[in-house]
Amino acid sequence: MALKIVKGSIDRMFDKNLQDLVRGIRNHKEDEAKYISTCIDEIKQELKQDNIAVKANAVCKLTYLQMLGYDVSWAAFNIVEVMSSSKFTYKRIGYLAASQCFHESTDVIMLTTNQIRKDLSSPNQYDTGVALTGLSCFVTPDLARDLANDIMTLMSHTKPYIRKKAVLIMYKVFLKYPESLRPAFPRLKEKLEDPDPGVQSAAVNVICELARRNPKNYLSLAPLFFKLMTSSTNNWVLIKIIKLFGALTPLEPRLGKKLIEPLTNLIHSTSAMSLLYECVNTVIAVLISLSSGMPNHSASIQLCVQKLRILIEDSDQNLKYLGLLAMSKILKTHPKSVQSHKDLILQCLDDKDESIRLRALDLLYGMVSKKNLMEIVKKLMLHVDKAEGTTYRDELLTKIIDICSQSNYQYITNFEWYISILVELTRLEGTRHGHLIASQMLDVAIRVKAIRAFAVAQMATLLDNAHLLTGNMQRNGICEVSYAAAWICGEFSEHLENPMQTLEAMLRPKVATLPGHIQAVYVQNAAKLFATVLKSQEGNTDSTAAQETSQLMIERLPLFVQSANLEVQERASCILQLVKYIQKLQQKDVEVAEEVSALFAGELNPVAPKAQKKVPVPEGLDLDAWINEPPSESESEDEQPKAIFTKEETKHSRPRHIEVDEKELARRREARKQEQANNPFYIKASPSSQKVYQDTPGVEHIPVVQIDLSVPLKVPGLPMSDQYVKLEEERRQKERAEKKKKEKKKRKEKRSGRGKKHDSGPESEEDITPAHMVDIVTEEMPENALPSDDDDKDPNDPHKALDIDLDNLGEMAGRRPLADSEKLPVRSHRAVEAAKSPGEDGDAETVATQQPKKKSGKDKRDDKKKDKDKERKKSKDEKKKKKHKHEEKEEDLLRGEVHEPVVQSEGISQVAELPTSTSAEVSDLDFWLSNAPVPSNTQEAATVAAAEAPVAEVVSGAAQDSEPDEPKDTEMEETKSSKHKKKKQKKEKEEKEKKKKKRHHHHHRHSDGGGEESVQNGTVEEEEPLPSMSNYCLLAENSYIKMVYDIQGNLQDGSQVVVSVIFENKCDSFLKSMEFNVLDSLNSKLQRPEGSGPHDGLTVPFQLPPGVSNEARFVFTVQSIVMPQKLKGTLTFIVKNEESSTHEKLDFKLHFTCTSYLITTPCYSDAYAKLLESGDLKGSSLKLEGVNMPFHHLLARICFHHHFSVVERIDSCSSMYSRSIQGHHVCLLVKSSGQTVSIDAKCDEPTMLGNVLDEIKQTFSQC
Amino acid sequence: MIKAILIFNNHGKPRLSKFYEHYSEDTEQQIIRETFHLVSKRDENVCNFLEGGMLIGGSDYKLIYRHYATLYFVFCVDSSESELGILDLIQVFVETLDKCFENVCELDLIFHVDKVHNILAEMVMGGMVLETNMNEIIMQVDAQNKMEKSETFIFQSTRQDR
Repeated sequence: MALKIVKGSIDRMFDKNLQDLVRGIRNHKEDEAKYISTCIDEIKQELKQDNIAVKANAVCKLTYLQMLGYDVSWAAFNIVEVMSSSKFTYKRIGYLAASQCFHESTDVIMLTTNQIRKDLSSPNQYDTGVALTGLSCFVTPDLARDLANDIMTLMSHTKPYIRKKAVLIMYKVFLKYPESLRPAFPRLKEKLEDPDPGVQSAAVNVICELARRNPKNYLSLAPLFFKLMTSSTNNWVLIKIIKLFGALTPLEPRLGKKLIEPLTNLIHSTSAMSLLYECVNTVIAVLISLSSGMPNHSASIQLCVQKLRILIEDSDQNLKYLGLLAMSKILKTHPKSVQSHKDLILQCLDDKDESIRLRALDLLYGMVSKKNLMEIVKKLMLHVDKAEGTTYRDELLTKIIDICSQSNYQYITNFEWYISILVELTRLEGTRHGHLIASQMLDVAIRVKAIRAFAVAQMATLLDNAHLLTGNMQRNGICEVSYAAAWICGEFSEHLENPMQTLEAMLRPKVATLPGHIQAVYVQNAAKLFATVLKSQEGNTDSTAAQETSQLMIERLPLFVQSANLEVQERASCILQLVKYIQKLQQKDVEVAEEVSALFAGELNPVAPKAQKKVPVPEGLDLDAWINEPPSESESEDEQPKAIFTKEETKHSRPRHIEVDEKELARRREARKQEQANNPFYIKASPSSQKVYQDTPGVEHIPVVQIDLSVPLKVPGLPMSDQYVKLEEERRQKERAEKKKKEKKKRKEKRSGRGKKHDSGPESEEDITPAHMVDIVTEEMPENALPSDDDDKDPNDPHKALDIDLDNLGEMAGRRPLADSEKLPVRSHRAVEAAKSPGEDGDAETVATQQPKKKSGKDKRDDKKKDKDKERKKSKDEKKKKKHKHEEKEEDLLRGEVHEPVVQSEGISQVAELPTSTSAEVSDLDFWLSNAPVPSNTQEAATVAAAEAPVAEVVSGAAQDSEPDEPKDTEMEETKSSKHKKKKQKKEKEEKEKKKKKRHHHHHRHSDGGGEESVQNGTVEEEEPLPSMSNYCLLAENSYIKMVYDIQGNLQDGSQVVVSVIFENKCDSFLKSMEFNVLDSLNSKLQRPEGSGPHDGLTVPFQLPPGVSNEARFVFTVQSIVMPQKLKGTLTFIVKNEESSTHEKLDFKLHFTCTSYLITTPCYSDAYAKLLESGDLKGSSLKLEGVNMPFHHLLARICFHHHFSVVERIDSCSSMYSRSIQGHHVCLLVKSSGQTVSIDAKCDEPTMLGNVLDEIKQTFSQC
Repeated sequence: MIKAILIFNNHGKPRLSKFYEHYSEDTEQQIIRETFHLVSKRDENVCNFLEGGMLIGGSDYKLIYRHYATLYFVFCVDSSESELGILDLIQVFVETLDKCFENVCELDLIFHVDKVHNILAEMVMGGMVLETNMNEIIMQVDAQNKMEKSETFIFQSTRQDR
């Protein structure tokens, strides 16, 4: 043994160490590869030895070779051996090698678990440190699961050196094993306040990284981070926190308001450029998230822009770059403030640094206007000519196209100019973006009808000179352009001046060198051209010309018939046969042109790119269902091919199979539905969406510019865009002159589609009119497309799995404690202390039972009850407790609970931020957010208070609405009490008193009449199944007649509602001469025919025989629609039977609910989100208890009775939208858990909202 | 997050490569080549930021680099890192190397790439910044080196015993 060791040591003296290896490689420059391969052989020998030192040395050398690009995975096992050495020196070498070359599919990794665990618990902190560092590079899901608990223990290690590493690595663990996030989070949060700055920084780092991906889950940490921000002096930490706030503010505008002041202070005070820059960045984010229009914000924007200008003007290129980068963020929301720095940005376009030029290009996008587009593009074209690298040139090209085509060609006044720009761009050699130019050409030619003649002429020239632009066809991306050219020439061939020439150009032999798909287009469009040519030639008396054309086709087409490309071949042979047939007919002197061109008749309309996706799946069609029964899995593979050959048999068995299928399919469908119902990521179709979205809005926002002017210009040959710049200038001049003349005559606004015009300044944007009658055709969408815009999400994003709700962990143990299944896996033979998962800290009793995995449901309940009892003592609010009960029941349901402000799906995130007063955690946050620092001077105080008012309203309004009978003031103050500043309190009281009065007022009105109405409503509804819901409710009834009515808003006129009344004759007599009259109020008036007095009744235009009912409509004008209204009225009529006729009358009260002013309006989810973001809406909320119906019934009811439409629905949570006839937006977020339904609502008219909510409540109080 | 840290010389020879995401050896070499190509053709007095190459990153990633004498230090980072912060970090890294190697030059990096890795491991872990305080980094590196020395000493003495 000893001898062996000695031998090993002696061998070692001759071994190469790393330095020798490096030296050797440097000395063998000419045959490096060969030298290295001998070295690898040596290393293999060394690895075979038992001596660990030799092995470590070999592994060390391998690490170096790995860097040079050699695959060393074959030594993975040896690396594990070295890792497990007891010596730190070797261990470190092993871990380094592992971190460089191990990855998820390295199979020896699974051997390391125990070794790593041992190292993690080593008494030597550097062993632990090295293991953590290594693990951070090669952690796999298995390792993460097995080691999560060990690492979590290390987070509370005594040594800060270990703590900070453990905290950091947790992020990697979360990524690989998302289930660990919830149990580990409380401790991670704790580390934010670790005494050691390094640990603190690591925790900030991890949480920022987590929050960046799923910011909404971390909103509740904002107060903590705010504290850190104001207290920390570590710039790294500050930068991270400030960046994090940048990600959080879009979700919570109030946070932004709070941030602005400290951030501005930092901007003024800090000397670190990096910090300054991040502050500016976050202030920008805040400003973006806040609704504009508040005066004090323009100051902040100015500050930012100013600071950025300083950065851009700095000689340090880095600052210049960052300044431009940040500027582009401002551009999106505040283009005006950036536009004033146009000079500076154009200057940066000439910078020698490409990075800076690219950033400046980005900014340019927002700088263009109708006025300067041509000038800017001209400048860019110069750059294109000068650009040396293809990447930058390609970037320029795409930017030019982006800039020109943005917002539906908004800024292009002269499309001839644009086409010529595109044609000029085709001269770029070696660009990758040929297809981009091509699609622009197609788009413009198809959608701008007026330009077609010009475009066709240009394309014909292009085709003629195709050889110029596609010198070396195959490799050149630009040849895509000829695709567009050929298509345009073919499709719009009627505009061609010389179709024959173009036809010849299309059939040149050289075409055969083009890529297949382009050839195919050539062939097809040659046929279209052929049709056109025939038509023109047959008109002439000379028939030989037509025959010659056919002959040309017949001569040229065989070339394509031989093509290797299937599509080309097929099209060519098809057309060849056709032409041959035509030729035969021609020889018999038959006129064929009409019929040939009929082949290509009809216009192709542009179709929106997403149209196909938006076609709703027809009812009853299950796309997932098998068309044919899939081969059963038990069938062995060699049996399958046999089945194909034995056709007879399958035929026989078919019908039998189908019967089985039906059942099987039904079962599967059911199973799938189940699965989908349980899957939180599956967005279910809302029941009403199909009906609601029948008519697709959005077509009318596309501006259609209609101005006719000036003679179209014709420029022979390839156009030079520069000419257009000049011509355009002249044209504008002329136009301006004309305009002035006109304006002198009459000041009246003339242009269509433009709102107000701000006088004729020197040359305002509006003054520039397009040169052509431009009719931009909109892209077509399927008729009943479902507008949902969240179809671009990457399902493979690993961070999606980390979208886990964390709000109610830790101290709030009773709210949604960690489920047993959520505890981190622990090795079973470990000591109890180690097994104790920190996630259980909240309820120690559970741990004491020592069998956390198996606990009967009953026990659990008991524990919960204890918790609950504790809670009960503490809690003041009755409501909250009920909430808890529900939560506990649902404890095992999937995440994304209904009550939380945080909902799983990204799509609904905007909706989710509606402030809910139900969740304590959130109201804490709300409180923190609303509790802005008391400003020193009074003027500021006023503005702050004004800003806070809506927040206070939200809270108080919510409470009042849900329990209207209880006096709330005391309670409200109790919950908020301690921290309140006096000033604020007073303010709030006033506010509340005011509100109360108001509320009281209409509450009263509501209850005295609303009762009877809703009783009726209820009796009608209760027995009725869902599909036959009726909005008609009883107006009045006596022994003769019954009237039911429904009120509908008039979409066209914001001040009109239509009342439809159904009169039903209940008696045996004839009813006639019915007169309907209403006592008008100030606000609502019955529309009477002209000439009649204000008190005259309206004659009902029909008579009622016995037992018959009929409907009449009455139009009312209303002024204010924010409050419900009652109008008294009378119906007089004559009851006539054989003997007598009597005069009768019936009094009624017409109840105009606020709901009746709402009109079902569909809303896109993004528009909806924008609406909520805008901050113009005031919130309120409502809670319904004991609602005993499926969620979709509930939604259907709200949709039906209250004229809402579902924007989006996820599980038992749905966002809804409606609009009043006067354009008030009403947004609802409906969440249901068990029998409790909470509705958060926002509307720009709080009074109206309150009334609508009351009405909704009334609807449901009856079920 | 930092996606990769690369050090190469003026000729594109890699002196250190640390990828915090797995790539095959070939791809790694390609990335190094591409990065070198992007970085080396830039003038001295242009900005230190580059939009990422094709292979590494994509739109969210940036290359942030510094050029010292014969060496390029390149960090590939995503948008959660502060650009100027990373520039500072590179400076800290180089200064730390300078302290540990006493007047660092390319040769130190060539022959002691393992030591450079060890120093880097104290600054950046798994793509996240671990420590930015130079003294703290040096202290930890020294402590580990001391441990290593004591182990070799024990080893040598045991060897002599036998």
